[in-house]
Amino acid sequence: MYRYDEFDQEFVNERVAQFRGQVERRVAGELTEDQFKPLRLMNGVYLQLHAYMLRIAIPYGTLNPAQLRMLAFIARKYDRGYGHFTTRQNLQFNWPALKDIPDILAHLASVEMHAIQTSGNCIRNVTADHFSGAARDEVADPRPYAEILRQWSSLHPEFVFLPRKFKIAVTGSERDRAAVKVHDIGLHLKRDAEGRIGFTVYVGGGLGRTPFVGHKIRDFLPEEDLLSYSEAILRVYNQFGRRDNKYKARIKILVHEAGAEEIARQVEAEWERIRHSALALPEDEIRRIQAYFALPESLTPRPAESVVLERARADDSELSAWVDQNTVPHRVSGHAIVTISLKPIGGTPGDATAEQMELIADIAERYSHGELRVSHEQNLILPHVALDDLPAVHAAFREHGLATANAGLVTDIIACPGLDYCALANARSIPVAQRISARFGDPERQREIGMLKIKISGCINACGHHHVGHIGILGVEKKGEEFYQLTLGGSGDEHATIGEIIGKGFSSEEVVDAIETLVDAYLKVRTGPEEDFLATYRRVGQAPFKEALYGAA
Amino acid sequence: MFKAAKAGAQKAITANRLDDGRVVFLDAEGGWTANLADAQFVSDGAELEAALALAQAQQDARVVVEAYAIDIVEVDGRPVPSRIRERIRAEGPTVSYGEAEYEALNGARFAPAAE
Repeated sequence: MYRYDEFDQEFVNERVAQFRGQVERRVAGELTEDQFKPLRLMNGVYLQLHAYMLRIAIPYGTLNPAQLRMLAFIARKYDRGYGHFTTRQNLQFNWPALKDIPDILAHLASVEMHAIQTSGNCIRNVTADHFSGAARDEVADPRPYAEILRQWSSLHPEFVFLPRKFKIAVTGSERDRAAVKVHDIGLHLKRDAEGRIGFTVYVGGGLGRTPFVGHKIRDFLPEEDLLSYSEAILRVYNQFGRRDNKYKARIKILVHEAGAEEIARQVEAEWERIRHSALALPEDEIRRIQAYFALPESLTPRPAESVVLERARADDSELSAWVDQNTVPHRVSGHAIVTISLKPIGGTPGDATAEQMELIADIAERYSHGELRVSHEQNLILPHVALDDLPAVHAAFREHGLATANAGLVTDIIACPGLDYCALANARSIPVAQRISARFGDPERQREIGMLKIKISGCINACGHHHVGHIGILGVEKKGEEFYQLTLGGSGDEHATIGEIIGKGFSSEEVVDAIETLVDAYLKVRTGPEEDFLATYRRVGQAPFKEALYGAA
Repeated sequence: MFKAAKAGAQKAITANRLDDGRVVFLDAEGGWTANLADAQFVSDGAELEAALALAQAQQDARVVVEAYAIDIVEVDGRPVPSRIRERIRAEGPTVSYGEAEYEALNGARFAPAAE
């Protein structure tokens, strides 16, 4: 992974000192809350329902064991012993005291981490496919480009005062695991006919109040033009994005109102002016950054079949199910990419205790060449595990509640913190996730249902990504009570679609039964187990689901 | 103590402590308590205005931030915020978390020490 050079380290250290001074001045009364609030937001410090919340940046979801151990330390010393992994590959602590946050940031800086630009009207964490560098189907590793974008976007002087937040995602296989089409800028790596690397560029995707799938504005952008072109997009947005209405200030609104063709035209015009500037990426610079992300030298091919694993599987049905569900083959023979489910049956999606974090750090160090990822689906990834080591990894995880064999299944739910934690929420999302998880907890039933992505948001801001859930659940407040609207057929992959509202919503008491009704309707209508929920919905449409929920029209 | 119901909704003033962000309620002495049952309950009009003015002074004095009034109803003789959001804010998350959740899902991590 990328390692800070002396400038990076000095910068984060100075930033910590700066924030420490800002907190001191706030407490001493030299700064009012109105003056302080934008400053604390620039360091990821929110005031939430119960306490401050600190959102820590995990660049394109990569972590090393030392960093994860530090997060565990912070959880224990300054928080309540746990953290929450988010849908943008970041980590949130729910209970830090403001007076402790400068110390927390200092600890983070010591392991090359920070909380900069995780809030505010700026470019946020650039996210990437959580299987980057390891996936068999990869055209090119998105992480170096995400790193280049990170460096470019960090404290970019022209873009610290955008009309609104800005989110960029990069993906490197044909199969998009990073949901690039529902980001402000989505970058999809590909090769042209000559085999050169470049990007398909999408603009104006997004969720929230007004969800949109991004528009393709360029079919092939050569890699050396990544920054100049991104700069051109940001300039057009910065100049023409609305600043009169917070709810119409994202680039998706600009694209919608002006039209994708017009935006593309403006971007291309601006780009022509700047493409040969200092922003052009020299090839040796790209290679230099790529070198940080080379596969570990110790990661060498092994036999495609592991006798150790096969023997262990024969004796342990849980191990076998976990390997089937939570691992995928690695590009290097004899290895697998492991998904560590943070979705225990009946548990809070995406949470990990300090002790679990420490165990995962140890396992990553020992069995994954010291590499870890956070997925936007709120799970963790061990990218490079030898098949021979899967039994040991599974055994360790099983002892610590981390071996739920449900990656991509109905209980692998994405949920925002919701009204239990978030000041913006209208309804709770975690208890709904827990109840759905418990309802479908039986492993065999889950496997029978197959891939089904349920995503829950506690308000229209859609941090739970409900718009791109195969089943999406949106919590609202109706006459003082929590109420849940259901959408169907959303998807964040390369064939992105926004889910469609199915009909009247459901009360808290009714919603889990409604989900079960939908699942049963799917099982009845599918052509067979090979047709997953989304494929069935796309084939048959709403009618059978609507009828199951609401009766014949 | 929760006063007997008066005409019009009772209100309490709530805020977050500046230094640690925790939820607090204005009490009868003009200080802040984490316990809603110990809060001062006021009626609309002069009482509410006075309480809000006091809260504003406390914000200026860097004790609390983001003070506002919430509606209170009486349920089984206890003061309870009428909005679900304020109830959760007063009482904490409705779900367990951290080690407590881990133990609820997995059982206590360690067996009790032998006597």
